[in-house]
Amino acid sequence: METPDQIRDRLLARFPGAAVAVVANPGPAAQHSLLLGVAHARAIAEFLRDAPGLRLDFCSNVTGIDWLDREVTDVATTTTPDPAGGPAKVVEQKTKRLVPGRLEVVYHLYSVELKHGPVILRLRTENRSDRVTVPSLTPVWRSCEFQEREVFDLYGVVFEGHPDLRRILMWDEFKDHPMRKDYVEPDDYEWEPTPHGDVLARAKRHYPATEAAPKEEPKP
Amino acid sequence: MSDPAPTPDTPTDADRDELRRQGILLTSMEELYNWGRSRSVWPLNFGLACCAIEMMAASMARFDIARFGSEVFRPSPRQADLIIISGTVTKKMAPQVVRLWNQMPEPKYCIAMGACAISGGPFKQGYNVLKGIDRYIPVDIYIPGCPPRPEALLHGLMQLQEKIRGQRLTGPTAPPHLQKDTTCDYPVPAFGAHDLEPPKNPALWQPPVLVRKEGA
Repeated sequence: METPDQIRDRLLARFPGAAVAVVANPGPAAQHSLLLGVAHARAIAEFLRDAPGLRLDFCSNVTGIDWLDREVTDVATTTTPDPAGGPAKVVEQKTKRLVPGRLEVVYHLYSVELKHGPVILRLRTENRSDRVTVPSLTPVWRSCEFQEREVFDLYGVVFEGHPDLRRILMWDEFKDHPMRKDYVEPDDYEWEPTPHGDVLARAKRHYPATEAAPKEEPKP
Repeated sequence: MSDPAPTPDTPTDADRDELRRQGILLTSMEELYNWGRSRSVWPLNFGLACCAIEMMAASMARFDIARFGSEVFRPSPRQADLIIISGTVTKKMAPQVVRLWNQMPEPKYCIAMGACAISGGPFKQGYNVLKGIDRYIPVDIYIPGCPPRPEALLHGLMQLQEKIRGQRLTGPTAPPHLQKDTTCDYPVPAFGAHDLEPPKNPALWQPPVLVRKEGA
């Protein structure tokens, strides 16, 4: 099978102007993925399904990732040679920049016909609050239907063009997206047998310590 | 097991047992009635998760729940005496479970089978699992296990029979269907924006009052 770089070059040749990048996986699995811009994602998906040599006719898995806002520190090193001939002066300049949070949808594609795979696609939303729309790939691979509904349910990604975008696991009246990292679950642990860590903090809210201990303020 | 106000003329259970050993069968309406009730407990044909597999095994020939008169799994709650909560109750399923319980006629009993039905079990800390069905419906017998073996379910059933046999037909400990102001109508929780509403039935279940050790 072609490598992700070869597929990217092929896609760029076929779709000039499309945003396609390879996201490298540095781990031992080395499953590099293709990051697609949302504008051409649907057309590229159809191409991957039908192109000879690829024929990725089966989408086995759709999943979501939640990336919070994070701060990244870039280190720029400048080396100034010492005119007196001593050791060179090395200055490290650290700059912090904010990587905005976003939601990501990952598709794992296989070819049943040519017996190869996986080719991994990623789609990214612009942010994780109001611009969370990506094109649905259900019209290309029917097996995406329920899994995209699950990503919609648990992560809150809206799939444009999905034939039946409803919640699939939680009830329709539910408002939250439980797999998001900032999800706050309902506080319905009344007691814990062996509290520790976060569970201990919650236990302290629910039942008081012995009389001698200072009274905790009840949290609303 | 004695009447609220036993008179010297009323034979006690011990007296009856003694007479029975002597070959004299002396019974009471209450004893006969409870004997019949306790030996024909018909469960609802209702399973939720892997505990239901054990429940099915208990109903098959090897474990043979028919020995205890409970082989008639009824497909309708209107005909059932017993609901076996056999498995994980998700928050999405909980209103339906309470609705089924409300549809069962009195006298009715509930067995919470397995860790999930008792407390949420291994899924207790999940956002989507009810942390014990006793938050919404009254449970008579708790069977621990993950899942409990069929023998454990049979033992739970025998304990339930014991409980039924011990019920008095009059007085404050009478089964609900023989009490005047009883209700079959347990509030069905609604699907809320973040959780079930209400998250528990406070008339049935209150969190245990615990005192945390200082420093713990």
